[in-house]
Formats: sequence, structure tokens, C-alpha cells
Amino acid sequence: MDELVYNIAFYIFAAITIASAIGVVTKPNLVHSSLLLALCFIGISGLYVLLQADFLAAVQILVYSGAVAILIVLGIMLTQRSSMEDTNQNSGWRRGTALICGCFLVVVLIVIATTPWHYSSALVAQDTPSVIAQLLLTDYMVAFEVAAVLLLGAMIGAIALAKGGKEE
Amino acid sequence: MIGLIHYLTVAAVLFVIGVYGILTKRNIVAILMCIELMLNAVNINLVAFSRFMQPDVLTGQAFVVFTITVAAAEVAVGLALVFRVYHDHDTVHIDKLNRMRW
Repeated sequence: MDELVYNIAFYIFAAITIASAIGVVTKPNLVHSSLLLALCFIGISGLYVLLQADFLAAVQILVYSGAVAILIVLGIMLTQRSSMEDTNQNSGWRRGTALICGCFLVVVLIVIATTPWHYSSALVAQDTPSVIAQLLLTDYMVAFEVAAVLLLGAMIGAIALAKGGKEE
Repeated sequence: MIGLIHYLTVAAVLFVIGVYGILTKRNIVAILMCIELMLNAVNINLVAFSRFMQPDVLTGQAFVVFTITVAAAEVAVGLALVFRVYHDHDTVHIDKLNRMRW
């Protein structure tokens, strides 16, 4: 019974994710695309819950659906003149691109299907935030500090770029 | 039984959709959205490997924390660049931004 529920939940979240991702690249209206992107992020956070990564699921909703998607909507609002109609059109040779991407997908799927994966039978870690915090503040301490500096630099750079320097 | 292969398949499809969008879209903001899709596909892969290969160590989940950090920084700087380009050129259509010098 549990397994049945798990399978149904997986297929629902996978369908939400894939369908809204297809909507992102096919919708002619850019605002619709960005809202579908937020829906896609929510589906991915559902997949994280199924993978027992509860902390990452919360981070995904907070950072991606809450911040990144809204930032992109803001970017769209500030860079379009008047009407949003037909703001997200595709280029001319869509069919060739789709063919190349389809070939790539087939190759990747064949590799996934033929690789012998080694599953581990260890018990799943409970209480993931404390385990991740343990890793971040011991083994990956340097990377953690570098990420902090990167965020600070990106923030200052974004402000400086958006504000613009003095023109001579 | 849903296993690693199912998650990898979903991630591969998501990644290919992102690649298709980057190659066909003509609006810079739309291309940024497709980059986000590809980054999320990689995150799904990392979490799935962490769950099925080393469920007791969670190294993959720590990696995803860093990926999310880099993605947030990338989208902030990217949108600032888009505002700048729009301010200077009055367009975000990449076919019209074809000058090497300005």
C-alpha cells in the first residue's frame, strides 16, 4: 500500500515537473512561462520530499519558487514595453533543434539504462538538516566560506550593474 | 518500484527541455529561465544519487546547497546585466544585440 502511494506520488510530481517545463519553452507569453517555471520548481521540491531530502525541499520552495521565479517575473516586467503578447517567440529552425535534442535524450537514456548501478543498502539518514550542517561546517568549510563570499560579490555586482556607472 | 533510473530519466528529460529552450528562445530572460531548468535537473540527479548510493552520508545534498547558492548568484547578476543591456539598447531580443562593440 505504501509503495503504491509512493509510486502514484512520484508519477504525479514527475508529470507536473515535465509538463510545466514543456510549457516554459512553448508558451508564447513570457509571463505565463515564468509562472509555469515556479510550478516546475514546486514539482521538483515534491520529488525531493520523495527522495527524503526534506530540508532541500523546503530550500527549493523558499529560494527557487519564492525568490528566483519572482525575480524573473520582475525582470520581465521591467524589460517589456507594453503588451506581453508574443514576447517569447522561438527562432526559425525549431525542428532541427528538436531533432538534435531528441538524439541527445535518446543517448542519455540508453546510458542510464545500460549502466550497472550499485545501490547501497545502508539506512537512510534521519534528521537531514543536522547531517548537512555537520558536513558543511567540517568537511566543506572552505567551500562554504567561498560560497558566502560569492553571494556577497554577486550582490554587490548586481547592484553596481543595475545602478550603472557615471557616463563620461 | 521507483528506483534511481526513474529519477535520472526525469532529470534527463528536464535537462533536454532546458537545452532546447536555450537553443531556440530569442529573449534573454527566457534563456535565463531555461538555464534554471538545467541547473534543477542536475540537482535532481545529485539528490537521487545521494539517496540511492550513499543514503547515510548525504554528500550529494550538501552539494545541492552549493548549487542553489551559485544559481541564485547567477540569476541575480544575469538579470542585472539584462537591465543594463535594456537600458543601453532598448531591447532584450538577442538577434538585435549582434554588435561586437558599443
